[in-house]
Amino acid sequence: MGELVVEKHIKYIISIEKKQDDFASVVMEHLRLNGAYWGLTTLDVLGKLDAVDQNEVIPWIMQCQHESGGFGGNIGHDPHLLYTLSAIQVLALFDKIDVLDIEKVANYIASLQNEDGSFSGDIWGEIDTRFSYIAICSLALLQHLGKINVEKAVEYIVSCKNLDGGFGCTPGAESHAGQIFCCVGALAITGYLDHVDKDLLGWWLCERQVKSGGLNGRPEKLPDVCYSWWVLSSLIMIDRVHWIDKKKLINFILDCQDKQNGGISDRPDDAVDVFHTYFGVAGLSLLEYPGLKAIDPAYALPVDVVNKIFLTK
Amino acid sequence: MHGIPRKAPTQEELDDSSLKAAKLRDLQSQLLHFHHNKIYTEEAIQISAKLLESNPEHYTAWNYRKLAVQHLLNRHHENQLDSQSPQSILDDELILVENALKTNFKAYGAWHHRKWVLSKGHSSSDRELRLLGKFQKLDSRNFHAWNYRRFITELKKIPDEDELQYTTDMIYDNFSNYSAWHNRSMLLSKLLEKSAKGYEKRENVLSEEFEFVRNALFTDPDDQSGWFYHSWLLGQTLKREPLLISSSPPHGSNLSLSIDKPDRERTFPLILYFSEAVEGVSSSTVNVEYFYDGGDGLIWYPLSANKLGFSQAWLTYIEYPLDTLESFDVKVTIAQFPGIISSNGMPCSRSCYIYFTASVCSNNQEKSEVQTTHKISWNEENFKPHSTHPEDANLLASLCKLDIAKENNPTTPMLCMETISNEIACSRELLSSSNCKIGKLTLARLLVAHNTLITYGCMDSGTEAHYEEILALYHDLMKMDPAHIGYYEDEYSLVLMKQLTSNTESLLKLCGKYQELSSPSISSYTSVRLKVLSLSRVSCLEHLLWVQMLDLSHNKLRSIEGLEALQQLSCLKLSNNRLSSFTALEPLKMLNSLQVLDVSYNEIGAHSIDTRRYMCSSPLNSATGFGWQLKRFTDEDADLKRFWDAYLLFRDLNLVQLDIVGNAVVDERLKAFLIKLMSALKWFDGESCH
Repeated sequence: MGELVVEKHIKYIISIEKKQDDFASVVMEHLRLNGAYWGLTTLDVLGKLDAVDQNEVIPWIMQCQHESGGFGGNIGHDPHLLYTLSAIQVLALFDKIDVLDIEKVANYIASLQNEDGSFSGDIWGEIDTRFSYIAICSLALLQHLGKINVEKAVEYIVSCKNLDGGFGCTPGAESHAGQIFCCVGALAITGYLDHVDKDLLGWWLCERQVKSGGLNGRPEKLPDVCYSWWVLSSLIMIDRVHWIDKKKLINFILDCQDKQNGGISDRPDDAVDVFHTYFGVAGLSLLEYPGLKAIDPAYALPVDVVNKIFLTK
Repeated sequence: MHGIPRKAPTQEELDDSSLKAAKLRDLQSQLLHFHHNKIYTEEAIQISAKLLESNPEHYTAWNYRKLAVQHLLNRHHENQLDSQSPQSILDDELILVENALKTNFKAYGAWHHRKWVLSKGHSSSDRELRLLGKFQKLDSRNFHAWNYRRFITELKKIPDEDELQYTTDMIYDNFSNYSAWHNRSMLLSKLLEKSAKGYEKRENVLSEEFEFVRNALFTDPDDQSGWFYHSWLLGQTLKREPLLISSSPPHGSNLSLSIDKPDRERTFPLILYFSEAVEGVSSSTVNVEYFYDGGDGLIWYPLSANKLGFSQAWLTYIEYPLDTLESFDVKVTIAQFPGIISSNGMPCSRSCYIYFTASVCSNNQEKSEVQTTHKISWNEENFKPHSTHPEDANLLASLCKLDIAKENNPTTPMLCMETISNEIACSRELLSSSNCKIGKLTLARLLVAHNTLITYGCMDSGTEAHYEEILALYHDLMKMDPAHIGYYEDEYSLVLMKQLTSNTESLLKLCGKYQELSSPSISSYTSVRLKVLSLSRVSCLEHLLWVQMLDLSHNKLRSIEGLEALQQLSCLKLSNNRLSSFTALEPLKMLNSLQVLDVSYNEIGAHSIDTRRYMCSSPLNSATGFGWQLKRFTDEDADLKRFWDAYLLFRDLNLVQLDIVGNAVVDERLKAFLIKLMSALKWFDGESCH
């Protein structure tokens, strides 16, 4: 059990940033911008964002921007909402959102809203409530939510609400913790959490905690550290986090660390990666593990970064 | 990324990996080159296929692929030599998707590409359903496959009844198929809603479904899937019209009004309390008749922070002018016209009414509201509990009507009652052979439902309410499933509050009169004490609408949602609870009479994470109607920036006395800030100020 090996995780993340040539990096080359968000937010939560030189990161991010205003997952890759949000989030960490042509980016995002209020991920038209969250979160951070039809966006999200209180990717789709996070987060940011039946969803979510203390993403599935974020942040946004055993979850996450080499894996004794390292650390922050910066459950950024954007400008 | 064991790679593995990496990198850079230069030769297209079969998550490659298809289709359209037929072009894509899915059957890009191809009008539903059959055999919970199935059934107009049969087959194959149960509930909802042939009699359909799910529950009681479905069926069975269950002033009571008040203050509040949250309460749906015609223009306010306008408690103010008669009757008719609807979509269709008498009196009679001019000490000796003396019982009866529903003669459909009783029997049977957690929880919920049906249905079914058994079940659950103690405590609190407030005897034990003996004033408060009860939540406040002074100290409260309905509340004690933020106190903003507040010894400021940050109006969300002047939060006022949540709460309260000691957030700065903010404040943490 024990403690969070902070120094090892910092070393691990920095080493990942540098690595580009092994198979794992190549196969995920197309989502490196997401990787940057996971790695850098983890560093910030651990108090070590300064271990990375923003003057190296920011120019690379800008190179990922397409002429349409959207961002691709890496240089030369097509633009998509998934990477546009990560770009904005990383710039927010460095308090450098103003290097963007905000109008341009906001227009790109807004152009992807469909008539029924849903959002396509890109010009090829895949619709998913993940994209609703991304659009809403991005535009809120850019302070341009007015560019979309918020009411219709909310209407679409509500149409994806299921009979068990959860949300799926499209209307009629099964409830899944990742989609629930997206829908609840979008409703939180737009101020429409009243559309959520908090007792019903809260119970479905708290039942994700299995005997080992970890959380799964749907009934009868295995626990996974990434659900420590999605289930946990959803529970926090609807004020039902006291319905799970926080201590047991903390121990589960700590058990998923590679204490020798740093990094966190999906389950104890599995291979680590930066994705699960981020979700593990972010989850620990939500659980108020000592020594970590508080993270905001809706924007998935440190609270001080969010407060700076909304309480000062 | 998932399910890969952790072990240090051997040198051989590392070399292998390097080789693979180099090959893949090559494919990927070639793809980007072709894409940027719009190269769609046969060779280029084959390379993209190779890439996607080994890395189906490479989304730009799928985009390239679509452009290649469009290019090829155009060539055919333009009758160019050697152009492929559309059939063949699209077939290639379908084969590619199948191969890509073999590598990773959860790749979003692959599934979307298939849908895109299908939108061009190719492939038969047979072929698609066969493909889906294959994938569902591999993993019956693959939500991509299920989503795709729904896409195909809609595209090919496959009837819901057929799909329902499919879920039946899948469930018989494996009871633990939550995805199938989910689909079943969606399909059934649709069929019931449109009253499809064979699904017109709702109760019969539900009855059959209960029988169907019982198989799953008895076969494997520890599998969650069946239980969640059962829980949905229960909700469907209990769906009913909202009812009026309480009011203030209570039905049949005599209200005292003071005549010694300035013109504009000559109003009294009228509160209607429903069995569940409703919207649409307005002067068009609620008719108030009294001697002075003023009923038409009444404005009704929902007493809840719900931004969608739903609330259990609704408030309006009734005026009585200068030349008021000594007493007058008021009749309130609810739902004469349609418009009141529950958040479940059930309309309040049956009209009902309440009436009461208002009597005007001059000053030296007992006042109905209290002015706080002295410090409230909450001392034990100041509280005089009611006895079970009939006089006190009558007094209580005059304050709240415990059986208002009787006046309005609602009935519970017999079939509903039968179903619930039947399910209770089945649960007991199951629990006799298997000590299963959700089984116990379900029995508890069934018994609560049974209680509710008896209360609102006004049936003398002979059985007493099951409160003790329900509370015992929750105690069992806390022991069996300690990880979820927080949930069981909340449910327990709801049941306990219902038990305490739903009959005269237990309610009397909690009530009394509070008079500050050390002060010269003679005014006293009607008061209720609900302390030291391990309550983590409050509810069932319909019988406490008359309370002026409420002691909820020494409980486990994290939330005070529901207190908004207590419009007569002057003094509130919430000390020694678990309130963890100022945002958790938002319900207090609706208590117009609140003057004395004690929130000492809570956890405000002790937590780095605020769990109510998005549930209240704040600058962090775009809640409508929020006139937030963000600009003022620059360096001008550092305190305002630091205490924004305290500011938002306390500026809307008219407190005379505040106790806040024992919260981590309290320091000299906050104290000074609050004293400055609240000009009417006379006592802060026991000391006088201003």
